[in-house]
Amino acid sequence: MIHNTKAHKFGMLIDLDKCTGCGSCMVSCMAENNVPFKEDESRKKDSITWMRVYKLTNGKSFPDTEVVYMPRPCQHCSGIGDHGHSPCVSVCPATATDYGYDTGIVSQIYTRCFGCRYCMGACPYHARYFNWWDPKWPEGMENYLSPNVSPRMRGVVEKCSFCYHRYQLAKDKAYAEEREIEEMEYQTACTTACPAGAITFGDLNNPAHKVTQIVKPDPHPVPGNPKVVGKSRNPKVFRLLERLGTNTKVYYMSEREWVRKAGDNYLDGEWDKVKNHHGAETSHG
Amino acid sequence: MDSALIPEGAKRCEFPKFMLGIAVVGAVLLWGVYAMFLCWFKGLNQTNMNDYYGFALWIWADLAVIAIGGGAFFTGLLKYIFKIDELKNIINFAVIIGFICYSSALLILAIDIGQPLRGWFIFWHANVHSMLTEVAYCLSCYFAVLTIEFIPNILENRQLNKVSFFHHLAHNMHGVMAIFAATGAFLSFFHQGSLGGVAGVMFGRPFAVRESLLIWPWTFFLFTWSAAAFGPCFTLLVTKITEAITGKKLVGDKTVHLLAKISGWMITTYMVAKIIDTIYWATVTAPSLGFTLDHFYSNNAFYGYWILFAELIVCGLVPGLMLVVKSTRENPKMRLIAIILGVIGVCLNRWVMVLQVFAVPVMSFDNWALYIPSWQEVATTVLPVAYGIILIAVSYRYLPVFPQELELNKPAEAAAE
Ligand code: SF4
Ligand code: SF4
Repeated sequence: MIHNTKAHKFGMLIDLDKCTGCGSCMVSCMAENNVPFKEDESRKKDSITWMRVYKLTNGKSFPDTEVVYMPRPCQHCSGIGDHGHSPCVSVCPATATDYGYDTGIVSQIYTRCFGCRYCMGACPYHARYFNWWDPKWPEGMENYLSPNVSPRMRGVVEKCSFCYHRYQLAKDKAYAEEREIEEMEYQTACTTACPAGAITFGDLNNPAHKVTQIVKPDPHPVPGNPKVVGKSRNPKVFRLLERLGTNTKVYYMSEREWVRKAGDNYLDGEWDKVKNHHGAETSHG
Repeated sequence: MDSALIPEGAKRCEFPKFMLGIAVVGAVLLWGVYAMFLCWFKGLNQTNMNDYYGFALWIWADLAVIAIGGGAFFTGLLKYIFKIDELKNIINFAVIIGFICYSSALLILAIDIGQPLRGWFIFWHANVHSMLTEVAYCLSCYFAVLTIEFIPNILENRQLNKVSFFHHLAHNMHGVMAIFAATGAFLSFFHQGSLGGVAGVMFGRPFAVRESLLIWPWTFFLFTWSAAAFGPCFTLLVTKITEAITGKKLVGDKTVHLLAKISGWMITTYMVAKIIDTIYWATVTAPSLGFTLDHFYSNNAFYGYWILFAELIVCGLVPGLMLVVKSTRENPKMRLIAIILGVIGVCLNRWVMVLQVFAVPVMSFDNWALYIPSWQEVATTVLPVAYGIILIAVSYRYLPVFPQELELNKPAEAAAE
């Protein structure tokens, strides 16, 4: 009797037109995952924010100014050609970060990480955080820590895990009940906390899941750039730094062209050529 | 006081004067040791590194000392494998400098990691895909080889050499040294290269990433090449400094000219390859990822085109050509300028490949990150320098490091008498 045999590929879609920048995702993520904070949080470059909300503007002056808030968890890259060698995984000398071929989740093994920080250097999204200090909780607050997530000690790197412990709980339950896990059984903390409903989470390998239906990932490599696989066939959907070949599993969506353009770097004139190019509408996959 | 230990016939300064010098440098060393313990006991929050600058001053120092320590493997290769016998006059010193550089690099790594007690995980849980794994293995093995190369020199100390076993051991070790030199050159090729690969494989960092040959990015080959090219410059520079401090000529001109000439040709050919690499990266690799060259050198307070110009031309092509041309090479002042520029050049290259890589924003809405090291970082970076000075001073005083010393200084001493 084997259950949960299908290879999942968990992914996320964030609708930037819905996101209000309220920061609920950041807060819920910290609470859910026992993310420590510093006594003085004014120096942001060594704060730990698995989920971080960036503020982007179109650079125009009033009254044409537009602002968008872009939540950025770990992008769970599947690497060049979608082979699982994400930027951080392939460089870690101690195999302390790993790619789950059955889930598409990039994991972090805290007890194996020895803090060389090479993975942080390799990640262009700054999604990895180092524990510069041992975590300290204000008196009594330890009681609020989640028992499902181990707190991390000083000197190791941590990052968003797509709330992997929630997946484990859901998987165990499904296993006991002899069935596959269902879409709503496994959702990340940020997805459930977002008051605007801007985040959709699910299995990109499962055509019945909402995230897959909106993203419509193209299973074939992009013509002209074989490094890129899984490009969205939805013209409003894009990924961050897609052309580098990181093949992230976090997709973003916006009606606005300048927002989509901000997702990557383009040479002069390049954007005009590529802005209407999306994965093939007709797919074999 | 310690005259029984000093090589026969060699003149050394008075013992108290020697100890005074050691004490001054020792004070700096202790300052570094204090900072090192702070980092070990309090953690890396003692540094100014952050999540943007995960690799900072130390990793630069680490790569820089390994590059300039490259004189050891390259001189060893030339002497023992290519049988350039003239280099026997400088090989001992090159090995000592290499030993200092590599032990310093290992020490820096021990301070640099967030969980020093787990350092062995890199061997135990090794990820064969990681360039850093390759670095760790080759670096440790090569350090062992350098130690083996250093031992016969230590055993030749006047008192130790009286012990018949040590005398014969040293003699026999010399006999088989070619095997270790070959092993050392092989290991160095891979770890110097994989240090280059560390940056080159980061495909999420368009400033660092390079096209690859087989599994190795171009930076792999460039790093090895540059260490072999610039390493001898550092050997010559330290020789020069030692000569200035001791007031003696320690290595004959013929040897110096030969090593400078080899270094000059290596630098010049390396620079040609590096310039081709830079042009290809700037015109093909970076644009294919959406970047213009300007992106990497503008909109910030520090990293301008000057750094590229300084690395490639002022501290690259210029010293290379100066050492190739006989008249400048054999002019002591010009040669000194060239080797200083060369050492700066290779250190600048390592700086760029470590620190500029992290400063450059990659996401279109991200900003440049600049960083200033904390005093703890500076102290622990100075620590290996102080340690190196002490080790050189002790080796010079008690070991027969320079085979030509007596012969070169005879006329001067005879004239003085
Ligand atoms: S976003 Fe960064 S940390 Fe996450 S998988 Fe990609 S490279 Fe690794
Ligand atoms: S910091 Fe930890 S996870 Fe990152 S590369 Fe080093 S050992 Fe691996």
